[in-house]
Amino acid sequence: MSEIVIKAENVSKQYRLGSVGTGSLAHDINRAWYKLRGKEDPYLKVGEENDRSAAGTSNYVWALQDINFEVEHGEVLGIIGRNGAGKSTLLKILSRTTMPTQGYIGINGRVASLLEVGTGFHPELTGRENVFLNGAILGMTKKEIGRKFDEIVHFAGVERYIDTPVKRYSSGMHVRLAFGVAAHLEPEILIVDEVLAVGDADFQNKALGKMKEVSSKEGRTVLFVSHNMSAVRNLCTRAMLLVNGKMKTEGLPDDVINDYLLENANHSLEQQFDDTATAPGNDKVRFKSMRVVPQVATPNEAMTVKTPINIEFEFYNMMGKTPINTSLMLCTLADDVVFNAISEVQELDNGLYKAVLEIPGDFLNDGGYYINVMIVYNASKVIYHFDKAVIFSLEDRRSFTNWHRKWVGIVRPQFPFLISRIS
Amino acid sequence: MKKKQDNLKNNWDMIISPKVKLFQLNLNEVWRYRDLLLLFVKRDFKAQYKQTILGPLWHVIQPIFTTAVFLLLFGRIANIPTDGIPPVLFYMSGICIWNYFESCLTATSATFVQNASIFGKVYFPRLILPLSTVSSNLIKFSIQFLLLILVTGWVGVKTSHFHIGLSWLLIPVLVFMMACLGLGLGIIISSLTTKYRDFHLLLTFGVQLLLYTTPVAYPLSFLKDKPYAAWIAWNPLAPIVESFRYAFLGSGELYITGLLYSATCITIILFVGVLMFNKVEKTFMDTV
Repeated sequence: MSEIVIKAENVSKQYRLGSVGTGSLAHDINRAWYKLRGKEDPYLKVGEENDRSAAGTSNYVWALQDINFEVEHGEVLGIIGRNGAGKSTLLKILSRTTMPTQGYIGINGRVASLLEVGTGFHPELTGRENVFLNGAILGMTKKEIGRKFDEIVHFAGVERYIDTPVKRYSSGMHVRLAFGVAAHLEPEILIVDEVLAVGDADFQNKALGKMKEVSSKEGRTVLFVSHNMSAVRNLCTRAMLLVNGKMKTEGLPDDVINDYLLENANHSLEQQFDDTATAPGNDKVRFKSMRVVPQVATPNEAMTVKTPINIEFEFYNMMGKTPINTSLMLCTLADDVVFNAISEVQELDNGLYKAVLEIPGDFLNDGGYYINVMIVYNASKVIYHFDKAVIFSLEDRRSFTNWHRKWVGIVRPQFPFLISRIS
Repeated sequence: MKKKQDNLKNNWDMIISPKVKLFQLNLNEVWRYRDLLLLFVKRDFKAQYKQTILGPLWHVIQPIFTTAVFLLLFGRIANIPTDGIPPVLFYMSGICIWNYFESCLTATSATFVQNASIFGKVYFPRLILPLSTVSSNLIKFSIQFLLLILVTGWVGVKTSHFHIGLSWLLIPVLVFMMACLGLGLGIIISSLTTKYRDFHLLLTFGVQLLLYTTPVAYPLSFLKDKPYAAWIAWNPLAPIVESFRYAFLGSGELYITGLLYSATCITIILFVGVLMFNKVEKTFMDTV
């Protein structure tokens, strides 16, 4: 086990909502009065869980509550969660731009944070001047920057503009230069927040590649916040999910991402559309139901990778005699397509039809999946496309193995695989 | 468990916790970031005059016009004596040192509010910014001081009255005191304004009032035997401005006790300022 470089204990952060005015002055005075008498801050008790969509009764919310975690040297920890889950607050505390209300964090090593690239870029200064200024803000010395200057400019690809004020830069060039500076920092711990959301595809790849290099080759610790699940999956060695300021799960990126995606999904195995007016469909076809039926012996048995599953849906054909087939796409929650199955084309009259697809047990890997269904005219033209018709997840079950980490692969089929003695 | 706790407290390079020491200057850290300080100074200087034709000449224009107005207002209309110093020099020297104080104060008092976007994104010792403001204003002061020397030379040629003496050695000390006073007051106000902007509004007319209670447009000797003289004497700026004139022009009075009084005030203000700044810098992002 390698050295622990960050350890957070019971980290909490309280925010006061609403605007600052005479009301907050009254609270400040009250707080000072409590403090004067040696009592605890009275407003620490009233905070509520931070659910941004539910109106609360108190003006105080906990943006973070009792966060505990450890990060080892060389790890890349991904932090995921919905907007307002507390990810950025956590990074802000780690990068010391604000303080926790309670708890503490111990850190070993130099920390540099990239909460936003291009911090402190001054529009009137040239690219060259800004590289130095920005580098210094991020904690580099003039000498360090001077040594890496050419590399930075080359990485950003703005050689031609380096002596032009950055206000003349395109926004892309601005970001490239800024990320170039940031990418050449040499801290032991790098904190990164959503920097990859900007820039073109080519640049995003470059940035991701650089981050990977930083962590794997140079052995630095990275904390990475993103909504880009594939980036988290590819870069991180571990992930943690925040929900309303609390830590929900922590572990391997795939598992945590799965948890996150499932949480956001409408997690029901069966959908029944009784009202034909609102049922998915159009004037040609309309769905009646959509369900995932695990082929289990007892109704409450868990759905695992070993469970055979039937996917069934019912639909009305309202076009009269038409050659129709159905198409079903099974995708992982990270949007990888597992397969696309199509039925035979059949001449269907008006009426209610039921389609069933059987997925054998011991075929899919564990994790969350969603299904897209299409009704197709003569295997050529889509009549109706029902996106994310149903979402389900499979639990892991393992036999004959002592391997307990994430089983890789999109599918996990049990093909005949035998060892026999030949001599 | 006990042992684990000890481990936790001792073995980290840095601990982030809501408990902060009351007085923590972290001058080491400021020193480590000295390059940043210089770059901020450079930025301030360059950015201020981008796309202007006269550039730093603007620093010269302001004291010239103010001196002209003072000459008319206080010299001709109000007929206030100038301690036997040629009025041009009297006013200009006062304005020169006053300007330094004023620009230090107003610029540092905006530290938190103006730089919120940078402060919210990265950590560096926050004190760097007010320090860089004071330093970049020193450039402005130097330019104005150069003007003052030129004007003094010109007046000297005309009146054949020169003053170069040991008292000039006092000038850097006085400028340093002004810097500390501006910085101290500035960071107090900037700490207060993070939550309640009222103090910023207070500052704008406060500075104006302060100018009138400071012997910039009149000598302290003019107030002698007047009932309100004692009130002016409470102003820690007064001895500095008077001594600056004495040091530079060689006439007027040197108030040693007054200077000591100022130094004491400055130390207290600076101490309180750092105390408040320390407390605010940790969480100001939540309230600014």
